[in-house]
Amino acid sequence: SSQQHQEAVHHCASSRCGEDSHGKLYKNDTETQLYSLKMYSIIHIFYNTIYDEDEVLLALAEQLGNFTMLVGGPEYVHCLLPPLESLATVEETVVRDKAVESLRKISQEHSPVDLEVHFEPLVKRLASGDWFTSRTSACGLFSVCYPRVSSTVKAEIRQHFRTLCSDDTPMVRRAAASKLGEFAKVLEPEYVKSDIISLFTALASDEQDSVRLLAVEACVSIATLLPQEDLETLVMPTLRQAAEDKSWRVRYMVADKFSELQKAVGSEITKNDLVPAFQNLLKDCEAEVRAAAANKVKEFCENLPEDNREQIIMTHILPCVKELVSDTNQHVKSALASVIMGLSTILGKDNTIEHLLPLFLAQLKDECPEVRLNIISNLDCVNEVIGIRQLSQSLLPAIVELAEDAKWRVRLAIIEYMPLLAGQLGVEFFDEKLNTLCMAWLIDHVYAIREAATCNLMKLVEKFGAEWAQNTIVPKVLGMANDPNYLHRMTTLFCINALSEACGQEITTKQMLPVVLKMSNDQVANVRFNVAKSLQKIGPVLDSNALQTEVKPVLEKLATDSDMDVKYFAQEAISGMFDFLLSTKLLNFNSLNFIFLLFFLCSFGPSITIPNQRLQDGICHGTLSNQTLKVIACLSQLHTFTSSAASSFVLCGKNTK
Amino acid sequence: MGEDTDAAPTLNHHGFLPDHNYVTDADIISTVEFNHTGELLATGDKGGRVVIFQREPESKTEPFSQGEYNVYSTFQSHEPEFDYLKSLEIEEKINKIRWLPQQNAAHFLLSTNDKTIKLWKVSERDKRPEGYNLKDEEGRIKDISTVTSLQVPVLKPMDLMVEVTPRRVFANAHTYHINSISVNSDYETYMSADDLRINLWNLDITDRSFNIVDIKPANMEDLTEVITAAEFHPHHCNLFVYSSSKGTLRLCDMREAALCDKHSKLFEEPEDPSARSFFSEIISSVSDVKFSHSGRYLLTRDYLTAKVWDLNMESKPLETYQVHDYLRSKLCSLYENDCIFDKFECAWNGADSVIMTGAYNNFFRMFDRNTKRDVTLEASRESSKPRAVLKPRRVCAAGGKRRKDDISVDSLDFTKKILHTAWHPTENIIAIAATNNLYIFQDKLNSEMH
Repeated sequence: SSQQHQEAVHHCASSRCGEDSHGKLYKNDTETQLYSLKMYSIIHIFYNTIYDEDEVLLALAEQLGNFTMLVGGPEYVHCLLPPLESLATVEETVVRDKAVESLRKISQEHSPVDLEVHFEPLVKRLASGDWFTSRTSACGLFSVCYPRVSSTVKAEIRQHFRTLCSDDTPMVRRAAASKLGEFAKVLEPEYVKSDIISLFTALASDEQDSVRLLAVEACVSIATLLPQEDLETLVMPTLRQAAEDKSWRVRYMVADKFSELQKAVGSEITKNDLVPAFQNLLKDCEAEVRAAAANKVKEFCENLPEDNREQIIMTHILPCVKELVSDTNQHVKSALASVIMGLSTILGKDNTIEHLLPLFLAQLKDECPEVRLNIISNLDCVNEVIGIRQLSQSLLPAIVELAEDAKWRVRLAIIEYMPLLAGQLGVEFFDEKLNTLCMAWLIDHVYAIREAATCNLMKLVEKFGAEWAQNTIVPKVLGMANDPNYLHRMTTLFCINALSEACGQEITTKQMLPVVLKMSNDQVANVRFNVAKSLQKIGPVLDSNALQTEVKPVLEKLATDSDMDVKYFAQEAISGMFDFLLSTKLLNFNSLNFIFLLFFLCSFGPSITIPNQRLQDGICHGTLSNQTLKVIACLSQLHTFTSSAASSFVLCGKNTK
Repeated sequence: MGEDTDAAPTLNHHGFLPDHNYVTDADIISTVEFNHTGELLATGDKGGRVVIFQREPESKTEPFSQGEYNVYSTFQSHEPEFDYLKSLEIEEKINKIRWLPQQNAAHFLLSTNDKTIKLWKVSERDKRPEGYNLKDEEGRIKDISTVTSLQVPVLKPMDLMVEVTPRRVFANAHTYHINSISVNSDYETYMSADDLRINLWNLDITDRSFNIVDIKPANMEDLTEVITAAEFHPHHCNLFVYSSSKGTLRLCDMREAALCDKHSKLFEEPEDPSARSFFSEIISSVSDVKFSHSGRYLLTRDYLTAKVWDLNMESKPLETYQVHDYLRSKLCSLYENDCIFDKFECAWNGADSVIMTGAYNNFFRMFDRNTKRDVTLEASRESSKPRAVLKPRRVCAAGGKRRKDDISVDSLDFTKKILHTAWHPTENIIAIAATNNLYIFQDKLNSEMH
């Protein structure tokens, strides 16, 4: 590679001379030349020193794509080719891919002449490299240079691509197969037919499964490029063959790309070919394939031609779907459950009630919780079409069962859907049937469930309003403050943290605060320091009077607690509260508030650490000129007011004068 | 090879380890593997080390040195570990080494112990940068105040250095002990097999693998067999074979299903009821399975025999070779000293015409499939001097007629076992691991022909 390097340097030098004769400033040019040479050496040394650090190489490969200006602009951009060329041959795939990406990027900055003189030879070198790494990288470069080179070079490129498509190593054939679609797009239509189709057919019948499955992807791009009348003869035989491939991985790929394929081949072929193919995939013997196809059921049905969509679904797709509902594999069932509800909008109310509803109900009773969860999470589609009432009778037992599932992750999942369900079922149904569940989760023995349950309550209050909360939730939550289990008492605090904002100042001050304050005498330290945390959390919702007369004494008391943690969190709460006050109140500067605040701070005395930075910021941002005296008067009482704050204050004072 | 079993290979290279009179456990070689060109040979040992040998290029001045393998690089692949969750020690012993097909100037190999597979890169470096701004020639940091100008470091040639760097660690996928690894012909995936499961990995992805075979019964008390070895077909990316402790081979097609619990072919020899004994099941356990280079045949080794199977015939093996049938009467004592559980490996020659496998007393056996001739050779310091011709040995069964130089079964040393052997992919060069010594033998005729 050092020889290559030498050559590259010579290249740079000779091309520079050429430009000189075109009348460019010599001095300027030499400087640039020296500069780019130096830059190149740096890159070279950098590359060689750290060549086994993948992450560095990756960064290098990426950065070199942005180096055009640093090597002297687009006319010298080819200086970047040698290092990128060697990066494109390393064994680490991510580095190679990144180098190719950068090469693709800088190819656009080459003039057509440079592209043929410098870039295209590099592509050829890579394409005929000894190691597969360089040949795979070449596959990604053909399509960027093809459109901008002369027709002779174009012919060479096509030849190189052909060669790589029949390379000995599967890696190169895979790379070629994955770039086939992209390459087809830049080719002239006549070559798509003459070249690409034969390559596509060959790759699609490759002996390696991993090559054939990539040909399926190319199929999508190729099909969009060809006129409709050619599809039947040129693409469809291969696609049909792929859909029935011996290897499940290829069939899986067809299933996975089905919507794209469907769009690419158009409605006529879809009706005649893809519908039966899709039926087969839904009935495939391999569960992975069935699951991939099941995932596409809704999209496939949506994209069917509208004129006989309903008829196709009812006669061809729905029977298969019905079978899948009782599939032996739970992944298939849950894939279906995640999309099946979407069919109701396509089929309309009557069909949904007659045909789909029994399926939904069956899936709601499925033994696998994931299936039930997927149905529940998509209820909104059905709600729009037939209204949720149709389902509610079956829904309730399903929800209750999930809510009490032995696996906490299942319980967690159903909690997360509660706000959605509550919104769709309405407040009365919720109060009647689900409220108890929501409260029961608060005393679950798994913390994650209790945590999710508090979060759920917050979302419910946001949905149903503060008044509902006051009547149904708050009393129950506050009741737990007297629970003998300290974990449940803490849950009360967590709920208050979550609910205070949604419930508003009145409920928080009148109902929640007294409970919190009372709990500051709890005998368990964990409860006490959570009281401190809660007070900090609900502080913003409380009015300033309550803060001053009720919160402050309690926090001060806790700050002298015998337990270290309680002390710590109480002090955190006190300074956190200032933080809050300073940040919000100072932004909308109001002299009276500010002065009140300062007095408030002062009243805590020297034991409290004042967030100096905040104070400083406040002073600097506030238009203090006419309040200066009052502020000084306040600040003078602050024992912990440090010199830095003082100096900024002085500075500020000077400025305002 | 053909004629070479009788043409007596010559000892070309002696044991590589220093002349200890004692053998530490860590020095015991646990696997031997040639790379795809045969230029490199890797061994792994119980101490978790991997030693790579390189074949010397042909030299006119020293004709004998041609083909000699010398140490190229040595590195520590695995360290002893402790699984705190299961309170289990994890040995550092290298169970298997597999080379990846060469993809650039560097070489790559996979090595595995009981639990963790590692991908290593073996590369050469012959230049180093000089003239750093902040470091002096010895690598000490310079005093910043003395640095007055910036210079671009330059690359200077230096002595060739072989670097081995870990590239990937594939861990936490095996509950039981890994016995095999095998790279797929798609060059993208490989599999690893433990006692009950086989996993499929992508060489670039370390955080997930796919389970392709799982023979673990719901209730471990129902367990009747374990997986003993597994290998991919050399050409068909979808086919692989795994052997079991019951003496069966299962060929699986990954095209049919994602989970290959259902085999597509089951190779099994019907049991001879008259020969049934307490040891039948133990000695029928397959200790190694290898596809022939052509992909048409399978070679298996059980305790007493080596068998060649045709992929197209499931009912019985095509050929059965007795490795040391004279031990049949000694099974009881071999059971008592645990030797009956030894896992002998087997190997094909490049043309698939000869097979090789190890035995006791530092003997190893070769069978010519065409001429049906077989030979017993010995790999030991005493009997073989460098470049000396190996003499065939004979073991005389108890009660048999004893000829000169024959060794009686009773005098066989069962602590000297040759479990691991490897055959150069194209030439008649073999590597034999005998406890802590590695012997490399080369066919004399062959080397003279070149």
